[in-house]
Amino acid sequence: MTWETIMGLEVHLQLATQSKIFSGSSTQFGAAPNVQADAVDLGMPGMLPVLNEEAVRFAVKFGLGIGARIGQRSIFDRKNYFYPDLPKGYQISQFFSPIVCEGVFEVPMEDGALLPIRITRAHLEEDAGKSVHDIFSQESGIDLNRAGTPLLEIVTEPDFRSAEQAVAYLKALHSLVTYLGISDGNMAEGSMRCDINISLRRAGSDALGTRTEIKNVNSFRFVERAIHSEVERQADILNSGGTITQETRLYDAERDETRSMRSKEVANDYRYFPEPDLLPIEIDEAYIDAVRASLPELPAAKRARFVNEYELSDYDAALLVPDHATAAFFEEVVRLGGAAKPAANWILGDLSGALNRADLTIEASPVSAEALAGLVARIEDGTLSSKLAKQVFDGLWQAEGTTDEIIAQRGLKQVSDAGELEQMVDDVITANPDQVTQYLAADETKRKKLSGFFVGQIMKASQGQANPKLLNELLIKKLNDQS
Amino acid sequence: MTDSAVLHGSVSELHEMLTQGQISSEELTRAFLERIDQLNGKLNAVVTVCAEQALNDARRADERLSRGEGNVLTGIPLLHKDIFCTQGIRTTCGSRMLEEFIPAYDATVVAKLKDAGVVMLGKCNMDEFAMGSSNETSFFGTVKNPWDTQCVPGGSSGGSAAALAAGMATLVTGTDTGGSIRQPASLCGITGLKPTYGRVSRLGIIAFASSLDQAGPMARSAADCAHMLTAMSGLDVGDSTSADLAVPDFFSELSGNVAGLRIGMPREYFNDDLDPAVRTRVMSALSELEKAGAQLIDIDLPHSHYAIATYYVLAPAEASANLARYDGVRFGYRCANPADLEDLYLRSRSEGFGEEVQRRILVGTYALSAGFYDAYFNKAQQVRRVISDDFRKAFQSVDVIAGPSAPGVAFPFGAKQQDPVAMYMEDIYTLAVNLAGLPGLSTPAGLVNGMPVGLQLIGKPFDESTILNAAHRLQLDTDWHLARPAIEESWT
Repeated sequence: MTWETIMGLEVHLQLATQSKIFSGSSTQFGAAPNVQADAVDLGMPGMLPVLNEEAVRFAVKFGLGIGARIGQRSIFDRKNYFYPDLPKGYQISQFFSPIVCEGVFEVPMEDGALLPIRITRAHLEEDAGKSVHDIFSQESGIDLNRAGTPLLEIVTEPDFRSAEQAVAYLKALHSLVTYLGISDGNMAEGSMRCDINISLRRAGSDALGTRTEIKNVNSFRFVERAIHSEVERQADILNSGGTITQETRLYDAERDETRSMRSKEVANDYRYFPEPDLLPIEIDEAYIDAVRASLPELPAAKRARFVNEYELSDYDAALLVPDHATAAFFEEVVRLGGAAKPAANWILGDLSGALNRADLTIEASPVSAEALAGLVARIEDGTLSSKLAKQVFDGLWQAEGTTDEIIAQRGLKQVSDAGELEQMVDDVITANPDQVTQYLAADETKRKKLSGFFVGQIMKASQGQANPKLLNELLIKKLNDQS
Repeated sequence: MTDSAVLHGSVSELHEMLTQGQISSEELTRAFLERIDQLNGKLNAVVTVCAEQALNDARRADERLSRGEGNVLTGIPLLHKDIFCTQGIRTTCGSRMLEEFIPAYDATVVAKLKDAGVVMLGKCNMDEFAMGSSNETSFFGTVKNPWDTQCVPGGSSGGSAAALAAGMATLVTGTDTGGSIRQPASLCGITGLKPTYGRVSRLGIIAFASSLDQAGPMARSAADCAHMLTAMSGLDVGDSTSADLAVPDFFSELSGNVAGLRIGMPREYFNDDLDPAVRTRVMSALSELEKAGAQLIDIDLPHSHYAIATYYVLAPAEASANLARYDGVRFGYRCANPADLEDLYLRSRSEGFGEEVQRRILVGTYALSAGFYDAYFNKAQQVRRVISDDFRKAFQSVDVIAGPSAPGVAFPFGAKQQDPVAMYMEDIYTLAVNLAGLPGLSTPAGLVNGMPVGLQLIGKPFDESTILNAAHRLQLDTDWHLARPAIEESWT
């Protein structure tokens, strides 16, 4: 039986406001428990929420960023449930009228195609605190530092058919929100948390199957693995004639499996009703226009511009753009004189490899944009072969100086002088009469292979500094002249 | 200077005595503390007395006054309803749940009155979480009506009303969600004003029903209420529902002129539910205003009879969420030795909340439940708008709407305790005003069988001045507001 996977995603995005959505407490991550919780966050009697306008602006930015409709009058509601990390016994959320309404987000896939994902809605709400189980031996603790951190919950239609699509969406979302500056999107720290609604149906069928919801998956890799393992689990059940139970599941990364969070699905009744302590958020066209005017160039536009302006391939553009700093680094290299295509290759190749190995971000790169521009320029003007360039790059990484300084210090200049090269070729022909005889006896295909021997000898003797293109031309001519 | 002149003096009288040096705020404060000490054993109107802090405040007020600083409220003794959070002073809300709760902050109202220089004597008893009309739901025991200690003082601001009537303070604060200032003011023979929703900040007031709660002044006269309201009002950025409107000096707006004032009398407020003797008193008060130049006009508020049903869906619904924070986790009552989380929740809330509070939490939870939301909460929201529209239309042809504050006079303890609906009927004339967010006051209109009756005056949004002025006119022309209960010697 072939099954089609149907998925919708809910992402909880922590907004990078300085203070909480309804109180003045800091939202900084990693402080000692409960030092960033004031009387409002603690739900003390008589305390009232006051809306942080920055959170509203961030939500509108997001809405405009995906071309969604902005709710002109959105309303906060109370979502009622008891849990120790929820101080008021209700979460202030938006149920009936969200701030961001329907939109379509175009997700770039690896092959350069765009996958349209329908966004159902995105609404503002407050985060809950955390239960802490590893501080006290017999009891659980509550840390309310996170309580009241602004969240944007972004809900999609069931438009995903594969784990790859889901991950591509999350990466594109991450890119968008960091471009917008509304979130750091850090999944490991919980700034971006993903719930996956997942069901299977017979290929060709229109009806949706029973779904499960995998909660709080916290990395791109785990999203992919969680989906694969849940799809496999559901397919096994369906193939053996079983039925799927609608439930909430958790992904256990160590065992690479999902398991039921609540064995029996208790239908939650959150008893939503409009939050009487807050006024509706009224957003007019002038406000929307002002926010729109403040938007930076977004990833989609930047990809298109990189292709047009720098004549990069879709593929390269798609790799350079998602991380804002990488794209900015690239443009800086070009601005400082580096040719676009080799600059892109160096950034996506050697530089990103070295940064990965050193676990550094591009902002902390030991090789500056200026240094890389210098390197690219020396490759373009023929001073450096790609092989020599790698040695210079090492020198740049080790902070030995500028490209020209390293070339001078290491004596890495490429030999392109015809006279000098001719001398090298003559020397190697004279020193290897047997190989010359062999070469002359061979047919066209074999000759190609045998010429490599002479190139190798010359490169060895010149410490790699011979200009390979010129050398090759000269060598073939001289060898053929021997006959 | 007699005891009575001090204990039952108006703000203006006491201010003059203070500034003339006839009495100091410290002496004034001692006199009221002594009065509380004498009477509270009998009345149970005050749950916490802050003698030491009050005397310190009084001495500071005396210093301010001696430097020629301060204002009309500086040095005047006041009691707060125990629903206002007071920094460092226990704030119980009449509940076992908060029996030992000491806030780290002052409510905005408390801070504003403190800034004005009032002297806080202590905190007044009240119905638990302001849920009640008789002060019988308080965890700290019933409050006795000083006019007849066999009778209730009304509620939920019953402690405040009784304390004021008995001369335990010059001013008291109350809150009014469905009549909790006006009904006890009526039953205890004092003046009490519920301002327009948004006029007074709710920050630091323990919430019952957020869209209806409003704090207001209770005092011996409309003039005193006006002084107090000026000090209590104003925009508070800490309360998103507080109004960004200029606050007039309500006292200076009391011209006493009611010539041409159009007073609407809703037929629905003078129906058969009204005790005929009460009707007679209310009518005679209105005739006084007519004599002073006001016009009486019959009007209709056709959806009035839906007010109780609407209110008892919406208020409990909001309360069910507002009271969810009392879970035994962070503050307030926690049951002994909880077996697990659920046990902690169940027993802390079952033991910490009284019967009426639990009833309303259940009603509110039900009204919001899946499958019932549209039939109850949503429908009630719609009817609320219809009721507001009734008022809006009526105010196109009248300036003030008048009626009784309560359907009868104070009733004996236990008379309505077994019948929640009969108790809810106590607020039949006041609830709609909260649903519409309008200002309303109760002013004394004489006695029936020795017990006070109140006239209710309802104003247009943010037009507290007009109803205060009408009450002021009445208080210039009659002495009903000066009637005092005979405090028996045996009490002291």
